[in-house]
Amino acid sequence: MSFPWAKHYKPTHPLMVYLDEKLPLPRFVYNAVGGGFPVPRNLNYAWNFGVLAGFCLVLQIVTGVILAMHYAANQLVAFDSVEHIMRDVNWGWMLRYAHANGASAFFVVVYIHIFRGFFYASYKPPREMIWLLGVVIFLLMMATAFMGYVLPWGQMSFWGAKVITGLFSAIPLVGEPLQQWLLGGFAPDNAALNRFFSLHFLLPFVIAAVIILHIWALHIPGSSNPTGVEVKSESDTVPFHPYYTAKDGFGLGVFLVLYCTFLFFFPNALGHPDNYIAANPMSTPAHIVPEWYFWPFYAILRAFTADFLFFPAKLMGVLAMFSAILVWFFLPWLDTSPVRSGHYRPLFRKFYWLLVIDVLVLGYCGGSPAETKYVLISQIAATYYFLHFLVILPIVSSIEKPEPLPFSITQAVLGTDEAVAA
Amino acid sequence: MTDLLKADGATVASSEIHGEGVRRRDFINIAAVSFAGVGGIAVLVPLISQMSASADVLAESSTEVDISAIAPGQAIKTMFRKQPVFVRNLTPVEIAEADAVNPATLRDPATLEQRTKPNKTNWLITMGVCTHLGCVPLGAGPGEVKGEYGGYFCPCHGSVYDTAARIRKGPAPKNLEVPPYEFSSDTVVKIG
Repeated sequence: MSFPWAKHYKPTHPLMVYLDEKLPLPRFVYNAVGGGFPVPRNLNYAWNFGVLAGFCLVLQIVTGVILAMHYAANQLVAFDSVEHIMRDVNWGWMLRYAHANGASAFFVVVYIHIFRGFFYASYKPPREMIWLLGVVIFLLMMATAFMGYVLPWGQMSFWGAKVITGLFSAIPLVGEPLQQWLLGGFAPDNAALNRFFSLHFLLPFVIAAVIILHIWALHIPGSSNPTGVEVKSESDTVPFHPYYTAKDGFGLGVFLVLYCTFLFFFPNALGHPDNYIAANPMSTPAHIVPEWYFWPFYAILRAFTADFLFFPAKLMGVLAMFSAILVWFFLPWLDTSPVRSGHYRPLFRKFYWLLVIDVLVLGYCGGSPAETKYVLISQIAATYYFLHFLVILPIVSSIEKPEPLPFSITQAVLGTDEAVAA
Repeated sequence: MTDLLKADGATVASSEIHGEGVRRRDFINIAAVSFAGVGGIAVLVPLISQMSASADVLAESSTEVDISAIAPGQAIKTMFRKQPVFVRNLTPVEIAEADAVNPATLRDPATLEQRTKPNKTNWLITMGVCTHLGCVPLGAGPGEVKGEYGGYFCPCHGSVYDTAARIRKGPAPKNLEVPPYEFSSDTVVKIG
């Protein structure tokens, strides 16, 4: 579906006419991201991050498939094969650093994409399905990133695998057998390494498939926009190409400058030195931390130190960590405000920024050692995190008096809209 | 509707095909889908079971440990089923500390006697696997932090175990697990 004023694909070259009859792929592209897809004219740079996330996935698949040509998923040689990539394979160092930093870049982009959705309430109907699919993509990304981090079979890889699969052992009754089933043994070993490699290769393509659904669902109502006012007429939109291909292209350039800065100048800044030590099942690193993009959730996991009712502390931590993401599934129905954009919601806006700070605090605590003060801060921040979604958001939505909305996107942009008079 | 001609020349009343009640085709439909469904589910068994520990991983491994060189107050790390095991020779002071605690006040109540062999209460043999998320606690190696209860301290999430390796503080739900073991002689322990 698209708006009635969307331009129609008209091939002129005989070859394109022929192709359009047999396999209308150019028509599909034209309607999806070309001149045939009308997009609100007022999208700001926050709307660049979907395209950037798609770019990151392609980057990860290309570098990942190449790395898989040189990597060996066997516990005896995995660590050495990574060093082989770093030292012996032509350009191997660059491809591996591109993949490792690409994962971080992917999460940076996706976190901004998600928080764009929070601020502009992009999750509200009619776009709730896009949001739900997005949360699924995020969960798949986390699984993929975790399994990828295990593959170099360094100390952090090994102990990360042990701790994360240990989460499942918290489940009553079936926990221990489930953990052994996931690992194929009593501790991470060859079986676990091999299956993680297999799944790490598979999941990005599953992500690609869900992204197709995400974009498909997006094309039904069309993109949201910074005012949150729905498109009313043709003057509210511009064709995706060339307007947003150009804007996304510029954003991509800025992104690549930052990404390449890390890739070529600080390739290990986001990693852990411990992972350059081969896995040793007899010795745990003094300070186990996951990659930075898991820190906020890791802080929530560690925030539970005492048993609660008949739930052991360990199970509570695990449930809370998963709930921290699962709560996003309910967001379209927790935020009941009739107004979408944070620009017109003065109270919501304040709490939005509090949430941003709260997640940053959680992230800082998650990356810190398990000392009393960080645990205490994590407990406060984790409580606030859930309060925000489950209590503050519904209350703010109902008591807040939103600021007046513009009549249309055109009026918001130009100050006037001919359709107002009509 | 005209009646259909069967292979043997008899006719089938159209009511038998389009009429009320259970039709032959309904039966075939349900039977076929059920058969395929059962087959599909049966295929899941090997697909799921292959993930479980394979025979070589499960193969009973037992470890013999010579404990003659472990002086009171010392501990060693050994391996059982690819996981660390702590063998610790407790000092009389450590035994007294463990016995001084009322087990009823513990998260996972147990006495030192229950966690060791008779007349060998100084030999504390436990898995070196934190019951929280599986890290190796510190305290068995020379110079490692033993935590505020003198036993073991897990650096990952701050679980503290006492001199009977019982959980005293932090997120771990259980005491360090005692693996199956027996004394082959006064100086040799067979784990597993």
